[in-house]
Amino acid sequence: MNKIQRETQELTVRIWRGKEDGKLVTYQVMSRENQTILDIITEIQRFHEPSLAYRFSCRVGVCGSCAMTVNGRPRWTCRTHVKKVSDEGILTIEPLRNLPRIKDLVCDLAPFIDTWQRAGAPFSGTKTRKDAPALVDPNSSTRRAAEAGLQCINCAVCYSACDVVNWNRNYIGPAGLNRAWTLVNDVRHSNRKQTFDQAFGKGGCGSCHSHGNCTRHCPIELNPSESIAGLKQIAFKGLPKDV
Amino acid sequence: MNPLRNHKSYLAAIGHRVSGIALALFLPFHFLLLGSALEGAQGLDRFLVYTDLTPVKVAEWGLVMMLSVHLFFGIRVLFLEFTRWPGHVNDLAGWVVPCSIAVLFVGTVFLIQVL
Ligand code: HEM
Ligand code: SF4
Ligand code: SF4
Ligand code: FES
Repeated sequence: MNKIQRETQELTVRIWRGKEDGKLVTYQVMSRENQTILDIITEIQRFHEPSLAYRFSCRVGVCGSCAMTVNGRPRWTCRTHVKKVSDEGILTIEPLRNLPRIKDLVCDLAPFIDTWQRAGAPFSGTKTRKDAPALVDPNSSTRRAAEAGLQCINCAVCYSACDVVNWNRNYIGPAGLNRAWTLVNDVRHSNRKQTFDQAFGKGGCGSCHSHGNCTRHCPIELNPSESIAGLKQIAFKGLPKDV
Repeated sequence: MNPLRNHKSYLAAIGHRVSGIALALFLPFHFLLLGSALEGAQGLDRFLVYTDLTPVKVAEWGLVMMLSVHLFFGIRVLFLEFTRWPGHVNDLAGWVVPCSIAVLFVGTVFLIQVL
């Protein structure tokens, strides 16, 4: 297909408008050579529907604010190319699953953010500002385990992908538990036992069935499913030791 | 189908759950029956006559299938959660097919023995 043909092709974009009781509204936009889902939404807001509400910030996959459901799957829209996900020129864009809807593509992230606290997230150090910074051996097993989960951008894609969250909103979910896993592996954290107890308690890691949807969808390829398995193992092996 | 559920691990989890529930419903009766043997052979024998009927055989075959589904897919979950190696979430999705083959094998052996 040559360039001119491509430029004249149209995409059919169906976008969720309204709150829980909204509906899908269809827009036609030009198909271009290089386009992300976020580009499409921005184009629609600028030229077709100024009242369309959506969230984004960095546009380069750092802030985690642009996640939405695209053709049934949660994705970071700023780094999802249309070519990769469009289904024969049709895109269906909805807010993230498992979260209350506010307007159009924006949902309320408060329940998701709360899960971080519920997973025993607050870090509590053992040193004061007068002490020298802690030395953490980058090759220790605990540091390597924490490292694998540290880069989370808090996008809620995994939370939205998880069927157990879908069935039971009391489940902490993958991102919060992944955070708990990095904390129980943080040798500077003074409350590792409490963090584990909370992550293992009601609605905690025991509710995960290892379907792996979180890992399959995490845009930066973290492995929350494995972190959760790590938490489950602590029940048998005790807190991770530094080796 | 919801694309979030259109993958092998999901099917394996549903199969595992359905078979687990089927076992939980069936096993009390199974033990009740075995228990009746403790009170003399008569009670058990009266039931064993029925096991010659084809529908009962088919039902038994179904239960053996349920048990082997639950066993193999349960072992798969335990491996998933207690072992780790790079990329193993996807590798273990790859276990779904071998596990299904193992279930079919058990099912076939049972059928050949019973029929
Ligand atoms: C044959 C040996 C067995 C193994 C290896 C096994 C293994 C497992 C495992 C690993 C789970 C957790 C699955 C998950 O987290 O998704 C599970 C769940 C379960 N098991 Fe078993 N099990 C066995 C026998 C049984 C029996 C005999 C029964 C019936 C009384 C049973 C009933 C269940 C039920 C109802 C669940 C919950 C399923 C769910 O929530 O999806 N299991 N089993
Ligand atoms: S592995 Fe656990 S946390 Fe991840 S999607 Fe599945 S059930 Fe949810
Ligand atoms: S674990 Fe991955 S998918 Fe989940 S919130 Fe963090 S970055 Fe997003
Ligand atoms: S806009 Fe920041 S991650 Fe997409």
